[in-house]
Amino acid sequence: MIKAILIFNNHGKPRLIRFYQYFAEDMQQQIIRETFHLVSKRDDNVCNFLEGGSLIGGSDYKLIYRHYATLYFVFCVDSSESELGILDLIQVFVETLDKCFENVCELDLIFHMDKVHYILQEVVMGGMVLETNMNEIVAQVELQNRMEKSEGGLSAAPARAVSAVKNMNLPEMPRNINIGDINIKVPSLSPF
Amino acid sequence: MALKIVKGSIDRMFDKNLQDLVRGIRNHKEEEAKYISTCIDEIKQELKQDNIAVKANAVCKLTYLQMLGYDVSWAAFNIVEVMSSSKFTYKRIGYLAASQCFHESTDVIMLTTNQIRKDLSSPNQYDTGVALTGLSCFVTPDLARDLANDIMTLMSHTKPYIRKKAVLIMYKVFLKYPESLRPAFPRLKEKLEDPDPGVQSAAVNVICELARRNPKNYLSLAPLFFKLMTSSTNNWVLIKIIKLFGALTPLEPRLGKKLIEPLTNLIHSTSAMSLLYECVNTVIAVLISLSSGMPNHSASIQLCVQKLRILIEDSDQNLKYLGLLAMSKILKTHPKSVQSHKDLILQCLDDKDESIRLRALDLLYGMVSKKNLMEIVKKLMLHVDKAEGTTYRDELLTKIIDICSQSNYQYITNFEWYISILVELTRLEGTRHGHLIASQMLDVAIRVKAIRGFAVAQMATLLDNAHLLTGNVQRKGICEVLYAAAWICGEFSEHLENPMQTLEAMLRPKVATLPGHIQAVYVQNAAKLFATVLKSGEGSADSTAAQEMMIERLPLFVQSANLEVQERASCILQLVKYIQKLQQKDVEIAEEVIALFAGELNPVAPKAQKKVPVPEGLDLDAWINEPPSESESEDEQPKAIFSKEEPKHSRPRHTEVDEKELAKRREARKQEQANNPFYIKASPSSQKVYQEAPGVEHIPVVQIDLTVPLKVPGLPMSDQYVKLEEERRQKDRADKKKKEKKKRKEKRSGRGKKHDSGPESEEDITPAHMVDIVTEEMPENALPSDDDDKDPNDPHKALDIDLDKPLADSEKLPVRSHRAAEVLKSPAEDGDAERSVSQEPKKKSSKEKKEKKKDKDRDRKKSKEEKKKKKHKHEDKGEDLLGGQEDEPVVQSEETSEVAAPPSSTTAEVSDLDFWLSNAPVPSNTQGAATVAAAAAADPVPEAASGAAPDSEPEEPKDTEAEETKSSKHKKKKQKKEKEEKEKKKKKKHHHHHRHSDAGGEESVQNGTVEEEEPLPPMSNYCLLAENSYIKMVNDIQGNLQDGSQVVVSVIFENKCESFLKSMEFNVLDSLNSKLQRPEGSGAHDGLTVPFQLPPGVSNEARFVFTMQSIVMPQKLKGTLTFIVKNEDSSTHEKLDFKLHFTCTSYLITTPCYSDAFAKLLESGDLKCSSVKLEGISMPFHHLLARICFHHHFSVVERIDSCASMYSRSIQGHHVCLLVKTSDQTVSIDAKCDEPTLLGNVLDEIKQTFSQC
Repeated sequence: MIKAILIFNNHGKPRLIRFYQYFAEDMQQQIIRETFHLVSKRDDNVCNFLEGGSLIGGSDYKLIYRHYATLYFVFCVDSSESELGILDLIQVFVETLDKCFENVCELDLIFHMDKVHYILQEVVMGGMVLETNMNEIVAQVELQNRMEKSEGGLSAAPARAVSAVKNMNLPEMPRNINIGDINIKVPSLSPF
Repeated sequence: MALKIVKGSIDRMFDKNLQDLVRGIRNHKEEEAKYISTCIDEIKQELKQDNIAVKANAVCKLTYLQMLGYDVSWAAFNIVEVMSSSKFTYKRIGYLAASQCFHESTDVIMLTTNQIRKDLSSPNQYDTGVALTGLSCFVTPDLARDLANDIMTLMSHTKPYIRKKAVLIMYKVFLKYPESLRPAFPRLKEKLEDPDPGVQSAAVNVICELARRNPKNYLSLAPLFFKLMTSSTNNWVLIKIIKLFGALTPLEPRLGKKLIEPLTNLIHSTSAMSLLYECVNTVIAVLISLSSGMPNHSASIQLCVQKLRILIEDSDQNLKYLGLLAMSKILKTHPKSVQSHKDLILQCLDDKDESIRLRALDLLYGMVSKKNLMEIVKKLMLHVDKAEGTTYRDELLTKIIDICSQSNYQYITNFEWYISILVELTRLEGTRHGHLIASQMLDVAIRVKAIRGFAVAQMATLLDNAHLLTGNVQRKGICEVLYAAAWICGEFSEHLENPMQTLEAMLRPKVATLPGHIQAVYVQNAAKLFATVLKSGEGSADSTAAQEMMIERLPLFVQSANLEVQERASCILQLVKYIQKLQQKDVEIAEEVIALFAGELNPVAPKAQKKVPVPEGLDLDAWINEPPSESESEDEQPKAIFSKEEPKHSRPRHTEVDEKELAKRREARKQEQANNPFYIKASPSSQKVYQEAPGVEHIPVVQIDLTVPLKVPGLPMSDQYVKLEEERRQKDRADKKKKEKKKRKEKRSGRGKKHDSGPESEEDITPAHMVDIVTEEMPENALPSDDDDKDPNDPHKALDIDLDKPLADSEKLPVRSHRAAEVLKSPAEDGDAERSVSQEPKKKSSKEKKEKKKDKDRDRKKSKEEKKKKKHKHEDKGEDLLGGQEDEPVVQSEETSEVAAPPSSTTAEVSDLDFWLSNAPVPSNTQGAATVAAAAAADPVPEAASGAAPDSEPEEPKDTEAEETKSSKHKKKKQKKEKEEKEKKKKKKHHHHHRHSDAGGEESVQNGTVEEEEPLPPMSNYCLLAENSYIKMVNDIQGNLQDGSQVVVSVIFENKCESFLKSMEFNVLDSLNSKLQRPEGSGAHDGLTVPFQLPPGVSNEARFVFTMQSIVMPQKLKGTLTFIVKNEDSSTHEKLDFKLHFTCTSYLITTPCYSDAFAKLLESGDLKCSSVKLEGISMPFHHLLARICFHHHFSVVERIDSCASMYSRSIQGHHVCLLVKTSDQTVSIDAKCDEPTLLGNVLDEIKQTFSQC
């Protein structure tokens, strides 16, 4: 079982949190802080497994994470999951994000948290791995997006226009978001 | 309308959407909280609007804020509103928000049940998918119960996308609603062989998750998983299955043997590291489970260790980590093979990666020996010095202590070295493990008697330099060590060289800054020291100085805010003053004072108290006295006595009692404690009482100010000991005389059992001290149980359910039902909640996939099959009716015999597994007829079946034997016949599960007859209730086990026409005796709405509860069903009258009865007798019994040849006993019952049953 999936950046700012077991909001934040603290002090060339998160789990649980450019993807899993399997799953998830957002970067995750959730929902459900085939995941996500678009139709058009205008009116946007240009690098890993 | 939409969306333009919110937050970095609170105000406004788009947008923003840590539970209701939007876009937003912030105590969840059910059955697969995903995150026990059946239906959805989600979510449902596991399991199992790999993977996932917690219930699936393992190419699935096998092998070593070969092949062939790693892991588990005596397994171990070494040497840190992890598993059982890789592991200790170092540390634990312990620990001590970061250092510290103290200090040859290691560890800054070091010090000092002198000297130095330990705040944890130091110095003060100095150190004013419990120990042990000083020379300068000091310094502690300290201090102060007084009168008092602390403390095993058996007749929960109005807490005392690590002493409550009184009380308490089993252990120490003594005043005390660090010459370093030990060992080899000297010196008589730390075991290394390690004491009659620490709150405990037992009726999943069923209270509710679609219960109960395929048709074809069955008896013609299905067993026969013969009962299941595991050639038949063997050659299926049911019927061979001589043509025929019979058997079993319900399991276990004999024809208790061109109703009546006055009528409604049937109302005219249970508040003549609609061709089942007063007579009730027939263009009201026939049989409940109870019942004489004779019965006896069992709810108590006793019980508790005998087509039934009318009617009904066939 996967107990939680956390994505946060190099500064510990959460970009997506998904707990498969209930924790109150303040506890969730504490867990994010603790996890960030544990993960961030590790070099990039050490192993991707971590024990000892005291807040989440216990001895049976491990933190399995990957670090891509500015983002940490952390999965908290118990012993029924294969460690290498989960590492691969993170890779699949990130590659899927990359496909869906076309060169995904942290900004995409910041502004489209909901979409990232929808993608994640096709990969992991209720703490269990649902699908590991990237093409299948992308296909399902796209079908749902298409459905959303068709539903939007006429009534959504003005809103979209306004949103576009709002974006146009903000030439300073890239400056505010100083990590905008860094893509999450997707190294090609040996096949799983 | 359109205008309104456009207007709404124009309004929306000016609302912030999620992107605006995020941007806003990023633009207000300085005042983020303030900005967000204004945003939340806006969101609250938006949520008040009617426009669902606005609401959804607001909820979407809330989801984002939730991630930032804001509590958004106040919007729960709005989230539900958005969830129930008809548009997918909004629904998805709603479900996402719900999955992020709903949990079990969110009260609006109960409002969602119907919405979720609607979404689950939505024609749009993504609505369903989104609902399933959401539900998986916030499913509650209530939701699980209400929706279990809907989700189960989805497991057979046409779209794999939905199937896999439905399969996965079942795990969550099981966790919340364990009752659903058994009914849903067959279908889950079926999904293991789903054509879609995603669904298959999901099913494997769920079953593995279930089996991990309760492996023994899933052993019977091993053959199926084995097949999957050898056929699947999906690494995800393989990994899960291999992990599952790892959990199963400890329970079934034979399985392990079977696994080793394919696993080794996988290890050699796979290129995927993850798979390789899991294979190695499982092979290790297998090897652990097998007895180590198998010679050919050393190759497997070598292979594993070899592969792991490759992993550990890999440059990929992840592989290195996992390699070490797996290595530690081998270590437990095959330490030798790991030890050869010590170099590698020590190397890993220097790795820059903490995770890897920790794993390597784990391994070290198993690699130490007497020879290398000192060396390894020295290395670790170096790491301790180097380590930055307290976590790793703390880990090192615990590991050092673990390594040294393992198996009763087995590897320690020199305890002086160990004590100095412990003392060195106290120099660690900021460790949390002060208490661990302290308890080790105590443990060693108490249990290793020879070391006490040395330990006391070390501890005295520690006490002297206490300021180094307590110096800064960082070192808070470590001052626990002083607790041990003070206690050791006090308790073993006879070993102290300079007790005065230690006494002074213990009474320094700075001590008052220590934590209370340590001060208390200081004060207490100061008293012990004082006694020692007094004894060493009464009246000497030392003792007067000591007295002075006590009287001067103790008042500081008397003022302590800590009650414990205060109490002890004032007590001891009075004692000292009293001693002083006596001494002034020249009374010799030292002996008496020392007697206060006489006696030795023995270590108590940590679990000792748990193991004290509760004496007979003692109720620990009962009040001894009436509960006091205000509780006075006096209960710390026993706790202190029992805690091994904190051997505090019980103390007298009043300080101003004179000595006589004290002595008297002491005596009394001694007596009391002697009789009290709970005091056995600590009694010597608890008898200590304090006295006063006269003393001399004011002797100047020199304040010794030691600023030297702990490395003072007085404190030997552990390194010294390593050298010393080396020298000693060399010396030892040279001459061994010394040893004997020591031995003599150190041999002391102790109360506890002793055993040597064993010098003989390892290459002549003799310990420096011949050490008595005192074992920990246990209460005299301790219970040997080791039912250790299982978490009682583990949700998986509830899922420990036997899945092989046939399903009982009471286990059907609840379906939406009319209220009458809900009127029943909890346990009954499950039992009588309605069944689902008519085919469904059959699917649930059937165990075999192939069977299931046929199931669908079965109901409709039931009547056909009845005819068929008759045809089978006489000719082969009927076969064609079965068509393709007939061939199936043959086509798949190879598989069925190899993988899983239809599991019918627990025993059959187990024997299947045995059969699969035993690998032996197919048993060549038990009843041995050559015919069967001949048949087997052509068709292995019946054989597999007979393997599963070894004692089969004698009748069958008889008539086949007759046929034996006939031509091959006949043989062929016979094979076919056997096929049919097998088929029938399956059906029979199936029906048995399905309706024969409750007692099925016990019955077959106890009697073993009915279940395993020759196949029976399919039977059904469902009889036609009424029928017209639109609808057909069949019904069955069963007693309600929980409520003696209720029966449940299950009615299957089948739509026979091409139109939609809806608004069905079921009504019955109540009689005086029997009433239909209607929901509260409805009139006595109102009908009950049938809780479903029927599309064309569909049938479904509903249950109705009736209340009965008298059950001795059969009765008939008139009723009507009204419904609306809806065509595309019209709808008409229709009605159908029926007569509901309550037979006396329907009041009987199958109840198992053991033969001794049965005999008693007959002897009791309360029963009235009656009998009946049936003529012309040609069916085999066991068919007859089965019929009585099935149709009349009896169970077989005992069967001898052609005679059987049977038992049943009515819902009101009447016993009905039958004695059935048969001879020459005549069956006589003698019956006894405490209600003659009921008995007469039941017998009439039995007679009727047999007259019909």
